[in-house]
Amino acid sequence: MFSEGSIPDWWPTLLALVAITSTLYTLWQLGGFRELLREAGARLALLAATFACVPHLFRRRRWFLHQLFLAGVMNLHVVGFVGLFIGMIISLQTGIELARFGQQDQIGPLVAAGMAREMGPFITAIILASTFGSALAAEMGTMAVSDELTALEVMSIDRVSLLILPRVAALAIICPLLTVVCDMIGILGGGFVANAQLGVGWNLYLDSAFAALSGLGDTIPFPKDVYTGLFKSFCFGILIAIVSCQSGSEARGGALGVGRATSRAVRDSAIGIIVANYFLTWVFYGGAS
Amino acid sequence: MSERNVVVRMRDVHKSFSGVSILAGLSFELERGKCLGIMGGSGTGKSVALRHVIGLMKPDSGVVEVAGDDLAALDRKGLAAMRRRMGYVFQEGALINWLTVAENLALPLKENTKLSPSEIDQKVQEKLALVRIPDAGAKYPTEISGGMKKRVGIARALITDPALILYDEPNAGLDPEISRSINRLMRDVSEELGVSSLVVEHRVDCLRTVADEVLFLYKGQALVHEPTESFFRPKNTRLREFLGVDAADAQSPDQASS
Ligand SMILES: Nc1ncnc2c1ncn2[C@@H]1O[C@H](COP(=O)(O)OP(=O)(O)O)[C@@H](O)[C@H]1O
Ligand SMILES: [Mg+2]
Repeated sequence: MFSEGSIPDWWPTLLALVAITSTLYTLWQLGGFRELLREAGARLALLAATFACVPHLFRRRRWFLHQLFLAGVMNLHVVGFVGLFIGMIISLQTGIELARFGQQDQIGPLVAAGMAREMGPFITAIILASTFGSALAAEMGTMAVSDELTALEVMSIDRVSLLILPRVAALAIICPLLTVVCDMIGILGGGFVANAQLGVGWNLYLDSAFAALSGLGDTIPFPKDVYTGLFKSFCFGILIAIVSCQSGSEARGGALGVGRATSRAVRDSAIGIIVANYFLTWVFYGGAS
Repeated sequence: MSERNVVVRMRDVHKSFSGVSILAGLSFELERGKCLGIMGGSGTGKSVALRHVIGLMKPDSGVVEVAGDDLAALDRKGLAAMRRRMGYVFQEGALINWLTVAENLALPLKENTKLSPSEIDQKVQEKLALVRIPDAGAKYPTEISGGMKKRVGIARALITDPALILYDEPNAGLDPEISRSINRLMRDVSEELGVSSLVVEHRVDCLRTVADEVLFLYKGQALVHEPTESFFRPKNTRLREFLGVDAADAQSPDQASS
């Protein structure tokens, strides 16, 4: 423990300076504030245009199903694998502390709530952003630099309805589904560690884990930890698709431009997911205390 | 009366990008059924001029008229209707990579018309035959050669039976033999369908084959605009330099005799 005197009084000033410099540096790296606002505006506009096209979804079912397959089946194993280890990490980290107080029976609830509320949606979204989102950006970027998007415009074909809607809809559905997979495997992974390394019985672990998840929400009669997590995933899915498609469509200048657009898409998706995560958590749990 | 025979008219069009002037008072007219070539060095704004004609870019000042309508005065619907009467052949083809050749051709019809699938199919076959690749329908753009992509690009531009077709460097990236066959195809298309065309190209062979008139774009203006025959026997010094006429004189019999 620190005593009062062990923190020098210039310490807060230094901390503030570091915070300010790193914020400025980040803004500068992001290409300036104006560019940030312009991009946010373009993405919101694309989101609105995509929502306006939702009635076309049935007409686009062929491409929608194709994207569903690409986003879901092709990433299933990655999400499962990472989910397993995340569950194991949470279990180990919390388990070691809990075991010191003889509270191993609380590992199940902690892992379950941690996965369902935060880690499942977050990890799934980050994985989808870096695999499927980057592929989306590269695909749209290639179409942009090879004049395919211009060709669509010249032929008066709505690119939002043809290209973007199926991708956004597919990710909006796949992201929650993969989150469920991630949650389940994560809880299982946590169980392995709890059982093998911390000596918690399987029955106790699983019973307490699922009991912890069954607390219903106030307004929606469904386990709150689960539905808030899935709603987050749904938002993340839309965010990844919109950010990736928009960055890709703005690619200019050949393969180099496509590469730049792709890395921008992954970076902005990750930032977006983290920021949105905070606000969604705040909306769902912020007022509860 | 003469008004109706002009398909494209540019009047004193100016356009600059971040302070750099690209078009600086470009004016020309294209008559119905004619083919106008636009020649000029790389980066002189040939593509920019074409993009103005199809409404992808708006002039900073000046007027672009297509079929008598000022493009700037059209709303989105009007512009879409206008574009349906135009075809645009992109430099690299710009075919949609994840659609087959036939699906590429069918796309504008599927999206913008109420034709039945069999009618669409028939039109697609008709256009594929017109560009002399009747069997390519099932292939993907990545599986076909550059020359074939150009043909598909031309077929796609023609799918809505336009009255005006715009070609952006139709010979770019093709060897001389394939270029000649594409140029013959372009001429045949003009003659068989009676469409007007605007061809951006810097290769002499192409414009000699397809163009009725040629315009030399220099510093954002039409420096020379003459019938093809006299265009390639230029008096203008800058154009002579561009074409390398003085070097070519020896090989050209009609030049040698004059
Ligand atoms: N959308 C644009 N934004 C900024 N500059 C452009 C744009 N389009 C073209 N330019 C510039 O205009 C000039 C002419 O381009 P272009 O018409 O493509 O030349 P070309 O005659 O070879 O077809 C180029 O220097 C290019 O950088
Ligand atoms: Mg060009």
